[in-house]
Order: sequence, then C-alpha cells, then structure tokens
Amino acid sequence: MKIFIPTPLRTHAAGKDALDVNAATVSGALDELTRTFPDLRKHLFTGEGNLRAFVNIYLNDEDVRYLPAKEATAVSDTDTLSIIPSIAGGADAASRAAGRADGPRCS
Amino acid sequence: MSVLRLSKAVYEAIRAHGEETYPHECCGALLGRPSGDGWQIESSVRAGNTRTDSAHNRYQIAPAELVKIEREARRQALSIGGFYHSHPDHPAQWSPTDFAEAHWLGCSYVITEVAKGKAAATNSFLLAGTTEEDKRFEPEKIEVAETLEPLAAQSESKIERNLHE
Repeated sequence: MKIFIPTPLRTHAAGKDALDVNAATVSGALDELTRTFPDLRKHLFTGEGNLRAFVNIYLNDEDVRYLPAKEATAVSDTDTLSIIPSIAGGADAASRAAGRADGPRCS
Repeated sequence: MSVLRLSKAVYEAIRAHGEETYPHECCGALLGRPSGDGWQIESSVRAGNTRTDSAHNRYQIAPAELVKIEREARRQALSIGGFYHSHPDHPAQWSPTDFAEAHWLGCSYVITEVAKGKAAATNSFLLAGTTEEDKRFEPEKIEVAETLEPLAAQSESKIERNLHE
C-alpha cells in the first residue's frame, strides 16, 4: 500500500511525498514507515506511543479513529494511507495583544 | 525573511473569500512549490469552516476535506504550501489560537483582516522550527505578481530544510 506523507513531514522522510509499504494493518504500515524514517516517529506519536492528537490518519477516505478496529484495521495493497495534520485556529479576544507583541506586520 | 509568492488572481481570491464569508472566518489551502526562500503558490482551494459553533472567531478545515485537497494537489504535481483564513474585524496577526493549532511546519499561514466586510491587511507567517516544541511563527514577505514565472525543478527536501532553519 501507499502512504502519503504531508508537506511538513517530508523533511524527515528524505523529501519523499509517499512511501510504498507491505503491511497487514494500519499500525503495521505506520511501523514500517517509522522504521524506514525513524525521525518521523516523534512527529507522529507521543512518548507513550499514542498517535498525537493533531495527527489524523485516513485509510482511503475513512478516519482511522472511527473505524471499528482503529489502527488494527486490515489493509490491502490497493489501499492508501494519508497522514493529515489538523488545520484550525482563528482570531480570539487576545489576538490584538499577541499580534502586537510577537508578530510585527510584514507588508 | 522568507517570501510567499502569489499571483494577483490568487491574492485577490483569498481576500474576496474573506469578504464573502464575513462576519464569519473563511479558510482554505494554498497549493504550490518551494521556491528556495519560501513558497510559490499556484492556486488556492476554498474549504468549508466546520466551526459553525463559533465561526466569527474560529476556523477548522475537516481532515476529510484536507485529504481531498492533498489528492488534488498531487494530481497537479503541487504540494500544500500553506493555508489562509480571515480575521473578521481583527488584525491580520496570528492569535494564540492560531499558534496552538498550527502544525504544518515549513508552511505559510496567510491571514486577512476583514474590517466591516472589506478586506484590509493581508499578512503571511511561516511556521518555522523543526518540532512542536520549537515551532514559531515568523513574518514573511508577500510578493504579488500579475503572473508567476514557472519554477525550475528543485530539491524539495533541500528547500524545506532551509525553511526549517
């Protein structure tokens, strides 16, 4: 199966945007990925070995967290695994102070 | 200082998006290529804001939509080089929430202030650093051109390393 590596993690994966792995399960695929590129492990997992909260893993179009077997879900050669860090944010009550203190205007 | 290069069409599209969704925050992705000292953005992709509970001061892109956006980027031989969102009636500066929720190291985060429905300042910040622990937002220059020169093939990993330094 193919694992797609997102932009921010490619610097820890020899610049690759994807890796073909042979694995029976989602966790097996992630294990092979981090065996190939050990630097990725700390970006994907906490020190306790759990997936970091902001890292989403999609098996084809399904969020692995919501699959019945989660990371133990079986995979086939034609499946794809996408690693997707979350995207969120927004202005809040403190944004003016934070912006003025730490983020000078650039244009 | 890194540089975010945008065509005028992309620059205007992301600002117009902020005006259309006012007083709610808009959000979307920027697709492009590393250009040596930043990203050259070839196109923008609008995304839905899933934070309907607090859309005036929060945004979130559904991961499932990001999967589709990344698939489209690959189809165009591009990468997700950044994201944009608007701050309705707030400055175009990153907020503590923006920082806490930023995880795409090496990518650009573009923020447009929309004041009373009209796009005002647009700023970009590079999420620099190598890990969650040492990440930081650095202001970057925005260059807007009528059309962008095609980029020669470059080593993306080399450029991304430079962006992290």
